[in-house]
Amino acid sequence: MISIISTLRVALRALWVNKMRSSLTMLGIIIGVSAVIIMLAVGTGARQKISDQISSMGSNLLLVVPGSSTQGGLRMGGGSQSTLTQDDADAILREGATISMVAPVLTGAAQVVYGNQNWSTGVQGTTSGMLEVKDCGLTAGRNMTDQDVRNATKVCILGQTVVDNLFGSIDPIGQIIRIKKIPFMVIGVLESKGQSLVGQDQDDVIYIPISTAQKKIVGTTLPGIVRLILVKARSADDLAIAERQVTDLLRQRHRSSPTKEDDFTVRNLTQILQMAEQATNVMTLLLAAIASVSLLVGGIGIMNIMLVSVTERTREIGIRMAVGAKTWDIRIQFIIEALTLSLIGGIIGIIIGSAGSAILSAVMEWPTVVSTLSVFLSFGFSALVGISFGFYPAYKASLLNPIDALRFE
Amino acid sequence: MAMIETHKLAKLYDLGDEGVHALEDVTIKIEKGEFVAIMGPSGSGKSTFMNIIGCLDQPTAGKYLLDGQEISGLSRDELAGIRNRKIGFVFQGFDLLSRTTAVENVELPLLYNHVPAKERKKKSLASLKMLGLEGREYHHPNQLSGGQQQRVAIARALVNDAPILMADEPTGNLDTKTSIEIMELLVQLNRDSGTTIILVTHESNIAAFSKRIIHFVDGHVISDEEVKKL
Repeated sequence: MISIISTLRVALRALWVNKMRSSLTMLGIIIGVSAVIIMLAVGTGARQKISDQISSMGSNLLLVVPGSSTQGGLRMGGGSQSTLTQDDADAILREGATISMVAPVLTGAAQVVYGNQNWSTGVQGTTSGMLEVKDCGLTAGRNMTDQDVRNATKVCILGQTVVDNLFGSIDPIGQIIRIKKIPFMVIGVLESKGQSLVGQDQDDVIYIPISTAQKKIVGTTLPGIVRLILVKARSADDLAIAERQVTDLLRQRHRSSPTKEDDFTVRNLTQILQMAEQATNVMTLLLAAIASVSLLVGGIGIMNIMLVSVTERTREIGIRMAVGAKTWDIRIQFIIEALTLSLIGGIIGIIIGSAGSAILSAVMEWPTVVSTLSVFLSFGFSALVGISFGFYPAYKASLLNPIDALRFE
Repeated sequence: MAMIETHKLAKLYDLGDEGVHALEDVTIKIEKGEFVAIMGPSGSGKSTFMNIIGCLDQPTAGKYLLDGQEISGLSRDELAGIRNRKIGFVFQGFDLLSRTTAVENVELPLLYNHVPAKERKKKSLASLKMLGLEGREYHHPNQLSGGQQQRVAIARALVNDAPILMADEPTGNLDTKTSIEIMELLVQLNRDSGTTIILVTHESNIAAFSKRIIHFVDGHVISDEEVKKL
């Protein structure tokens, strides 16, 4: 076979002579590749948004809530029973081998006041383990300590939304705010986490020691009872085992007979979000599949133009055969020509697709991510289109009879 | 050993019920260094004969030995290789690649013979120089006169040092003066380099430049005689 460089030069010259035709043919590939790139970017962006939320919620997380209670034939909703205690939480951390941290939570809502500002927000009584469970850091100040919890000190950690609404530009650390008219000292500010998957503001929250919450804020609850327990497993692989361990342990502690229903529910939050992530993956694939149809149409455009080119250049093929071109010499020449068309189109398509993704995320405020994989994928795909749709015209050219080709007018 | 030797060569075109014999029973021997003109009216089989001995076509019957090698039964690619190394073609319509410079046209047979780029260029320039085309190496065919184009075609035919040159009506598209120039060039080539030349023509004044004339009528050789130089 003759050298690729000489063939490439012949191909480029042939494409250059028919500039209009070549660029229109390329347009098909350009549109196809940029569509694939944009669709993958939109899908990858959506997936990244979801995985950001997974990590913002805290990873490898189990949520334990009390079961429903029945009062005079009326079944109350889930969590209406008061079956979970702080001791349960301690026992889970102590005995669950796969569990790295727990945080019992007692929730309430309260009006909070600082100076002449006030704000209504969720107040969560919890322990020092909360920040680790939620994978959440502090932008200022310190975490609450076990001593704070033991002594029921009146300290609080604020979410960013609360800080914005109460303090504006004032540094909140060390300031005193009033929660249900009780003064609390601000000891820390949480990292911003943004909205949750369902649009809830995760920064609109105040953490206080659970003991303080029991005594001062929630008030009516029996001592030691908690609203829910957050459990963090050591790793994603341990989640299923952790779920079993928590269930077994709590049944034991609550003395549930084998036939009795659980008086609590364990929910795997990460799993729910992972399912959402999988759904996004499917959507991305679907979008890319639809976009690749246009790449296919572009490929047919290449085949069409190559067939025309072979017919037009029959005489040239005849001359090449007469001076000694072999079957594969002719074949490679036309395949390289089709490949050149599709690869140049592919490169331009990648550039336009990347620019289009950037514009899309700027205008529509939708996160888009052009991954290296999608670039290589669409480049490889356009090469494949070039070779497969260029092959038939090249094959046809190589089978011409030299005499007929030479006589062709 | 003869350069070209055919034995009872035949070419039958299958056209429905009855076959048409384009060539029948052609037995010819051409020695190395000969200058042969093949003449005959159109449809006489002279072009078919040239296509077969030029390895562009295969006979339906008979034997053909080129330089002692049996040609019938070879594959397409084997024939392409033989054309590349042993035969240079010159056609009536010049048949140069139009979008390509003179030197690139001449390089073509070397390209398919896997000659490295540098050597390709060197040999092609030398071949063009030999045919008096110095200064026109980078012209495109449409910037050259008919005579010059035919010289480029001859340069291409000779660049691979092929022992045989086949010219199919090489002067058909040229005026009388240029035709004579081209024919004198072929005569000189045959005399100085010993290239075997086979010329297909229907003009007797062109055939007169050769040393031997073979006449074809209806697929048969009807005469084969030496040209008597005055």
